[in-house]
Formats: sequence, C-alpha cells, structure tokens
Amino acid sequence: MLMLVGTVPINGQEVYIGEGNIVNNKIAIGNQVFPINRGTAAMIAAACVVCKEYGLPRPLCVVSGDIGLGEGSAGLYRYLRDYIPRLIPQIMALHYIMPNWYYHDEFIRAVMSLRQKPILIADAGFMYVAKMSGFAPKYDIFTPDLGELTYLADGEAPHPFYTRGFIFHMEDRVEELIKMAYQEENAAQFLLVKGKTDYICRGGEILLKIDEPDIPELEAIGGTGDTITGMIAALVCKGLSKEKALEISAKANRIAGKLACPTPATQIFEIITRIPEALDYIREI
Amino acid sequence: MGLFDFIRLKPAKKVAGNKGDKKGNKVDRGFLVFENTSEVIRAEKVLKSEGWEVRVMGPPPEIQTGCDLVIEFPLIEELKILSTLQKAGVSPIKVVPVEHPLLQPVELFQLKDFGQYLMVRAANMKLTVEKESLKIVNVSGGGCPDVPYLAQELINKPLKEAPQPRDLGFTLCGYALQLAYEEMQRQFKA
Repeated sequence: MLMLVGTVPINGQEVYIGEGNIVNNKIAIGNQVFPINRGTAAMIAAACVVCKEYGLPRPLCVVSGDIGLGEGSAGLYRYLRDYIPRLIPQIMALHYIMPNWYYHDEFIRAVMSLRQKPILIADAGFMYVAKMSGFAPKYDIFTPDLGELTYLADGEAPHPFYTRGFIFHMEDRVEELIKMAYQEENAAQFLLVKGKTDYICRGGEILLKIDEPDIPELEAIGGTGDTITGMIAALVCKGLSKEKALEISAKANRIAGKLACPTPATQIFEIITRIPEALDYIREI
Repeated sequence: MGLFDFIRLKPAKKVAGNKGDKKGNKVDRGFLVFENTSEVIRAEKVLKSEGWEVRVMGPPPEIQTGCDLVIEFPLIEELKILSTLQKAGVSPIKVVPVEHPLLQPVELFQLKDFGQYLMVRAANMKLTVEKESLKIVNVSGGGCPDVPYLAQELINKPLKEAPQPRDLGFTLCGYALQLAYEEMQRQFKA
C-alpha cells in the first residue's frame, strides 16, 4: 500500500484519512476535497494521476490542516506513530510538515518496529527533519533542490534558511555537495537533486544526469518539485526500481512542463494534467 | 509546539557551534527565545520599529527543535528591551546569554529575469512578479507548512496590496519569503 502524508493549507488540526482521487480538478480524500495547489496537494495529485494511468490502487492519503502553527503537523506525527504498526504501508511519501525532532524520533521508532521497513521517500519539511534528526540514512529517497542539497551538505544547518555562506555559489559545485551530503550521513540511500540538471545518485555515486528538455520557467512555478515526489512514489508502487522511478519522474516532469507551454505565472495544476501525456511520450522513446 | 516543550534530551548527531571556535563568542550579547517563530517575527518588528539593533538568528543546538529563530540583542539593554516587548504583548519565554556563535541566516539574494517576469530568491524561497502589473504570480520553494498557505494568500495580488509574509507566516520558510518580498520591493523602487 502506498501512503502519502503531509499538511494542507487550511486552518484546523483534524487528520483526514482516505483513498486519494482527483475529482473536478480537486483532490478528494474520503469525503473531503482540497484544491490542487503547491505542496502536499500537488504531490498527491501527481501520484493519483500516475496510479490511474497504470491501473494501480488509489493511494492512502493522510493529511491535516496546518498554516504554519505546527498543530496540524503534530496531529500527523501522532497519527503516524500510532497507526503505522496497524496499517503497515509498503511505501510512504512524506512531505510538507513542521520539522520537529521529538516527534520525528517517535515516527522513526514506529517505522523501525515493523517487520519490513517501508520504502521511505521524504521531501520538504519531512526531509528537513529527517536530516537534522540524524536518521537520513534510514530513508530510501530524498528529492532536494539545489538549496536543499546545500542544506544536506552542511552538517550544522538546522534548516535551509541557514547555510554557511555557500548557498549562492553552488551551481558549479553540485557533485561536491552531493559527496558532502553522503559523507556527513545526511543523505538518503538515493537522491534526486532537482535543478537545471537533475542528478540521480545512490550512496554518493552519480548514476544519471538529466538536463533535457530545459524549461527555466519551471523554477518559478510552485509545486514542480512536489509533482516529482508524487510520481516517484507511484512508480515505486508500480514495481519499478527506485533508480528507474527517479529517472522516469524527472523526465516526465520536464516533459509535462514543456507540454504545458509554461510562463513563470503558470500554476501547477496545468502541468499535472500533462503528466499522462508525458508518460506516454517516455514510453515511446 | 513551544520551543522548550521538546528540547532534545540527547544531542543531535551534528551540533552547531560546538567545534571550539571561540572567536565568534560574544559575551555581551544575549538571545531572546519565544514560544514560536511567529512571535519572533512580531518581536523583531516591534524592536526594530523602536530603533533597537537586533538580529534574527538560528538558536544554539541545545534548544533547537528543527525550525526555530531567536533574536540576538545587546545584553546591556535587556531590561529596556524586555519592557518594550512586554508592552507590545510579545514577551520571550527565556533570555539566554550567547555562549556559542549563533547561526547566521542567509542574507544574499538571487535575481532571475524572465523578461516579462522577475523572480527573487532568498534562501530556499522564491517569489515571482509580473513586471508590468507588479502582480505576484508565483511562490515556490520551501518545505514548512505555511508556504502553501502564504502562496494562496499572495498569488494574484499586486505587490503593494498583498499581505506581508511576516504578518501571516510562522516559520523560517515564511521568514525567508518575507526577505524575498522586501527585496522585490527594493527592486521595483529602484
């Protein structure tokens, strides 16, 4: 079972659980509907599109409302701590959440108590807390952008807001930063570093670089990293190797972006609707 | 989630400021710890408007929870500063002398010109504005839960009329977006 976890930008701390689906351009989770915006909703929408495309079961979505106060995040952490041993997910994609070491420690203890550890994919706030907790090597996949890679490489930074001065001089130092992130034990088993060139890495080794098609406008569009995370989770659920899932997701995201003919003002849903076409295109390559 | 509710009992694998560099220590400085990042942002606003020279910084490792800010201030001014904050209704939960170098937040900005649009990046946050209308058209980056909320509230609003991220945000990502917002305003003022 694929489980997708994260917060959505609504007030209230309730945790919503249910199969995810796209209905009338919104994501439906159980009886609740949420607009498809950047963040967790974009990740879920992309995963739902891929699951539908390949006839996979709908993902189980666990979301809570949080506008930054952390209360909804606390509810999510508690839900995961209490229910992971009962739900026994095979794959988990963990996304926007308020980083909190204490709660993360409880979460990772619950995960490690399972007979078979689920495949753990983390991005955004969950990746931040996974790194700072010292448990990054327990994760299977992180999907940082260049700024977040710098944060992973900097052993002292508690958040991407703090890096020791090299954040803006790094575009030509990506490979060095990848090595540092692994040396510091701040990287998951696999990294997909998103940028002008995407880097797929395993254990410090760069397996593949993807730089075509190059669509600079995607950097300005909120949610273009979230869709990659959602696609990876669904493709791993389909049975692809992690390496292949990363490759196809990175390529499909670029192609979907190109098909949407974006400007920096384009919104993420316009790109998500192009994912099936992008996957078809990759199949034909 | 209060800052001191979840102080880590065991040290994290990597601890900032514990590498023996004493040069950065400033015994004349202290830091103010607040219940949450939103209060830090409010207190900074109050103190700066009153003319205090304070800086928002990263906390030392022993009180980090993962997404925090503190305010560094001259210790000698402690009483006056606490009084100012009390009057404004944003008292800190703790005042601590600086014993380790505090982490410096990112202060540099990166601009990307898309022709019709300008994108400003501050730390991990990016804000994009249409040049002609000065309308905010996109927000990207970040990983804290207030980012999607801030994006929802800012997008499609003119830069001058949009709420300031510091008035709605609660986290370091929200703070970074505020820096991008201020830089964007400077760009168009220039």
